[in-house]
Amino acid sequence: MPFKRFVETGRVVYVVDGPYKGKIVSIVDCIDQKTVLVDGPETGVPRSKMRISQIHLTKFKINFPYNGSTRTVRQAWKKADLNKLWVQSRWAEKAANREKRASLGDFERFKLKRARKIRNKIRTNVYQALFNNTYCPKKKTAVAKVAKA
Amino acid sequence: MVKAKEAVAKSDSSAAKKKLRPSKVKSLAKFETKKKARAAGTLKKKPKQNLLSGTATWKVVYKSGTWRFVHRPTEAKLIAKAKAEGKPLNETPKKKKSIIVKPIKGEKNGETREVHTVKRKAYYPTLKTPKKHKTRGLFKNHKRNTRPSLTPGTIVILLTGVHKGKRAILLKTLDTGLLLITGPFILNAIPMRRVHQGHVIATKTKLDISSVKIPEEVDDKYFKRTLLKKKPKKNDSKSLFVQKPKTYRPSEKRKFDQKTVDAQVLSVLKQHKDKKFLFLYLSFMFGLRNNQYPHRMQF
Repeated sequence: MPFKRFVETGRVVYVVDGPYKGKIVSIVDCIDQKTVLVDGPETGVPRSKMRISQIHLTKFKINFPYNGSTRTVRQAWKKADLNKLWVQSRWAEKAANREKRASLGDFERFKLKRARKIRNKIRTNVYQALFNNTYCPKKKTAVAKVAKA
Repeated sequence: MVKAKEAVAKSDSSAAKKKLRPSKVKSLAKFETKKKARAAGTLKKKPKQNLLSGTATWKVVYKSGTWRFVHRPTEAKLIAKAKAEGKPLNETPKKKKSIIVKPIKGEKNGETREVHTVKRKAYYPTLKTPKKHKTRGLFKNHKRNTRPSLTPGTIVILLTGVHKGKRAILLKTLDTGLLLITGPFILNAIPMRRVHQGHVIATKTKLDISSVKIPEEVDDKYFKRTLLKKKPKKNDSKSLFVQKPKTYRPSEKRKFDQKTVDAQVLSVLKQHKDKKFLFLYLSFMFGLRNNQYPHRMQF
């Protein structure tokens, strides 16, 4: 299968490292093999160079001419309604969840642990019931007999 | 006209309201007379004083911590004062000349020589007022600082000691800078005890324990250790037999204090909106699981 995401003008990328970690920006120009010029007028990232190793390519791409100014980038961004698209994506949802989990305090973590415990217990019970019904129905009847007696 | 009168009345009332200091009144009056004199052209300008010439009637002197003006009474003033008081003018004895020219005998000695009457100083200080170095004093008098995250009511995680891994409630900081904590005892068997702030993680969860009243006796002295073992005396017949080692037992007073404080803390816990979880939370131990790094976590 051929590659579908390229380092190219208009490619929207997710910043994984550096001061703008967790924000999305758009590539404006390739400076060299390792660095690109990026701009994120709607996400509060000024036009600057960024290492490709600090960037993850997303499926989104906006249309503006090669080396376009911040103004043109903003226009294209708004036209594509990128902020909304990004929020709706599964990637953004996961990132938000990760951040939420990291910001939990000790007490909240404890509460989460308890809730998971309850949930898992319910789940295993249901699973066990289904398993027994399908694979060893005899066992169930035996148990039922005992209960009756 | 009416308006003007009103304005005058207003200004009068405002003057009555604001009581001026007598010194201020004096200075204002002085300023007024000066102003008038300037307008009339009768203002006498004081001659500028050359401080270096030594004839100045005032000088700036370092006195009791600050630089002050010190006026030297003029000769005329001194005489006038003496006359007014009817006292004989006590003339100041004229100063000795600091250098005397002495004739020197003998040939080729230059005939005269300048001799100092007063011996010159052997030591001149480099500073007028040497700086005092700050001293911190005794360790017990040092100022204690606790982390801002450690306020009364915070739930803390203990890191050292018998109770390490347990969660407790911070009651207050004592004078020595140690933290006073309690379990409460029913939940996790931590009695009221002191911990150093370095051996504790402060969590975000805080309780409002302003209603909790801690007995006044509970201070650093209260927790002072008592010697359990006494040195065996010589020729003591009892020392021949094996004695049971004495262990620590809390006094009745301590037990009572523990109960009174814990009852109040528990009532606070019961009022919390997450009370069900909170009771469990305090009774459970803290621990790290896979992929949990304390330096990356928030508490």
